Amino acid sequence: MKRSRTIQLNHLPRVEGHGNIHIRVQQGKVVEARWEVVETPRFFEAMLIGKLWENAPYLCGRICGICSIGHTLASIRAVENAFGIVPSEQTTTLRLLLKHMETLQSHILHLYFLAAPDFLGVGSLLALTQSHPTEVQRALRLKLLANDACDLIGGRRLHPTRTVVGGFTMLPEKAQLEHLAQRLAAAQEDLAAAADLFGGFTIPHFARETEFVSLKGDHDYPFIGGELISSDGVIKKEDEYQAMTNEYCAEGFTAKLSRLSRDSYAVGALARLNNNFGHLHPAARTVAKRLGLAPVNHNPFMANLAQLVECVHVVHDSLSLIKKLLRRKRQAPRVALKPRKGYGVGAVEVPRGILYHAYEFDQEGRIVKADCVIPTSQNHANIQHDLQALARQWAAQGQADADIELLAQMLVRAYDPCISCSVH
Amino acid sequence: MAAPLSYLGVGLDRPRVGVFEFTSCEGCQLQLVNNEATLLDFLNLIELVNFREAMSERSDDYDIALVEGSISRADEVARLKEIRTNARLLVALGSCACFGGVNQLKNRFGDLDWVKKKVYGDFPIASQEVRPLADFVAVDLMIYGCPPKKEEIEKVVTNLVVGKKVAMPKYPVCMECKANENICLFTLGEPCLGPITRAGCDAWCPNHRRGCWGCRGPAEAANVRELEAIMARHGFSREAMLDRLECFGGFSSQVAALRGQPRRPRKARSSKRS
Repeated sequence: MKRSRTIQLNHLPRVEGHGNIHIRVQQGKVVEARWEVVETPRFFEAMLIGKLWENAPYLCGRICGICSIGHTLASIRAVENAFGIVPSEQTTTLRLLLKHMETLQSHILHLYFLAAPDFLGVGSLLALTQSHPTEVQRALRLKLLANDACDLIGGRRLHPTRTVVGGFTMLPEKAQLEHLAQRLAAAQEDLAAAADLFGGFTIPHFARETEFVSLKGDHDYPFIGGELISSDGVIKKEDEYQAMTNEYCAEGFTAKLSRLSRDSYAVGALARLNNNFGHLHPAARTVAKRLGLAPVNHNPFMANLAQLVECVHVVHDSLSLIKKLLRRKRQAPRVALKPRKGYGVGAVEVPRGILYHAYEFDQEGRIVKADCVIPTSQNHANIQHDLQALARQWAAQGQADADIELLAQMLVRAYDPCISCSVH
Repeated sequence: MAAPLSYLGVGLDRPRVGVFEFTSCEGCQLQLVNNEATLLDFLNLIELVNFREAMSERSDDYDIALVEGSISRADEVARLKEIRTNARLLVALGSCACFGGVNQLKNRFGDLDWVKKKVYGDFPIASQEVRPLADFVAVDLMIYGCPPKKEEIEKVVTNLVVGKKVAMPKYPVCMECKANENICLFTLGEPCLGPITRAGCDAWCPNHRRGCWGCRGPAEAANVRELEAIMARHGFSREAMLDRLECFGGFSSQVAALRGQPRRPRKARSSKRS
């Protein structure tokens, strides 16, 4: 066993954006274990200043190429809260359905394209097309279903077109929603097979007590708006989000970092599941039990399985939402609006965790101030602390360099980081 | 590994392809994996040798580089030049790579220090004016759009594989929108840049009753003055038109001509939150 070694991984592959891992071990002791974020900033919060309100959702969706729908919805919610607009029940239902389909799309992308290759010992999904063709076909089928649904409701899977302040520009037809329901019902078989596949993976043994932050569900597993909660007992209103996020800058990160009751906290599927387990659809809870996932779970690698549990939840819940939409009489797609001077916050659970957009407008509806707090930026400090704890554990166990390098990558990937998003 | 490729019985070489990104949302590359129904066929056309977001393997030996994102830091310039050296053909993928995209909105203040301070306070952060790829290296092909259409990317790559010329439409989005028999957005009371924006997206946004935001840049002989007249007839001011026209960078010369000087932001007057 080597006693001194250095692991330096620049531009970590199979994650969104640019991050580096640096681990240095001397005489069996970890002297350094760093997660670095080197992504170039885009300055969305500055570029919005002076622009008309209608630009906010259209431009801010472009913060992220994976969760553009979530950004658009958070942005819309912030604008609506500032202008005092209450969307119709139809709009609220359609937005949640759209949100669910993005969650499904993003989780499947992460689980199969980014995470699974590590557990199956290959470098990418490309290799799996040869070794696991059935599984790849299943992943593509699920992702296609989710993306088709995003096209149907949001107009476009990436950077949606139909989603506007006040509602939607167009609505899906009844027959299209019925067809979507059929495909969702059929997808349950694919998800059951996915649970078999991922349930068979060996999840690394590791736990570090962590504070988890998410929306607080009152009656439902929460995705759009409402109170904020941390597993350490902090509860805040949506527009008090800054008391949860406490952003700060630190060397080695072009993203801002966050902390609450401790040095760091985690957001994402595992945080949502830990904080709102009881609100999951019963079918999702059953899968969670089968996968050995119960609250409060402090193993970050379990976030992969939490995503899978959420896939089951969103598919079941989407079926109920479609039923509700089909039962009700169709309402106008959008409500009229009048810009006004004001401040509004929108908190939305996007695939990687809780996202906040906040804007201040002048009386003409021009943006005076903008703030976006991204899930991955909230996770960076927690990744850093996990990495340190993990490196210590591995060094003590005397694991091989290649294993440490792989596990360090798997840890970062388990957070499904969206790094360019975090550096918006 | 993959079977030999042929078209109408004539053997073809799979080009080695690398996918790279600079300042961006990485959405363009995600579009590559977003057409699940044709993904495996598409991947069979090429030999993907470098795609950090999707694979661990990395090679510097590639024929085609698909490059997403704008350039906004010195290390990006160096990395882009290296990619240019390695690639036979460099394709700018998406509006950020072609024109600077939404990222270039920060340039309009003409005060980088103010922009940095607004977001990071006194924390030192490296960033320069946002530029498109072509400001630093020769770009062989541009695939426009935010996001680019997956079908268009597939068509371009297929053409490259079989050695067919790649031609982009020069006419405006308005033509495609009319062909699709959409109700004109102006009639619906919405502003639209369709009359002057380069087609090829099949009027993606107007098909969904969303006005065009001009992400694909100007059509040939785009008449911005005439658009201004159309806007005025429907009650939209020049400033409202410019507010939209400046978003993706494709119209930066037209915006500069209409506006004159770079605009300083109105200083945020409020608030207890600043």
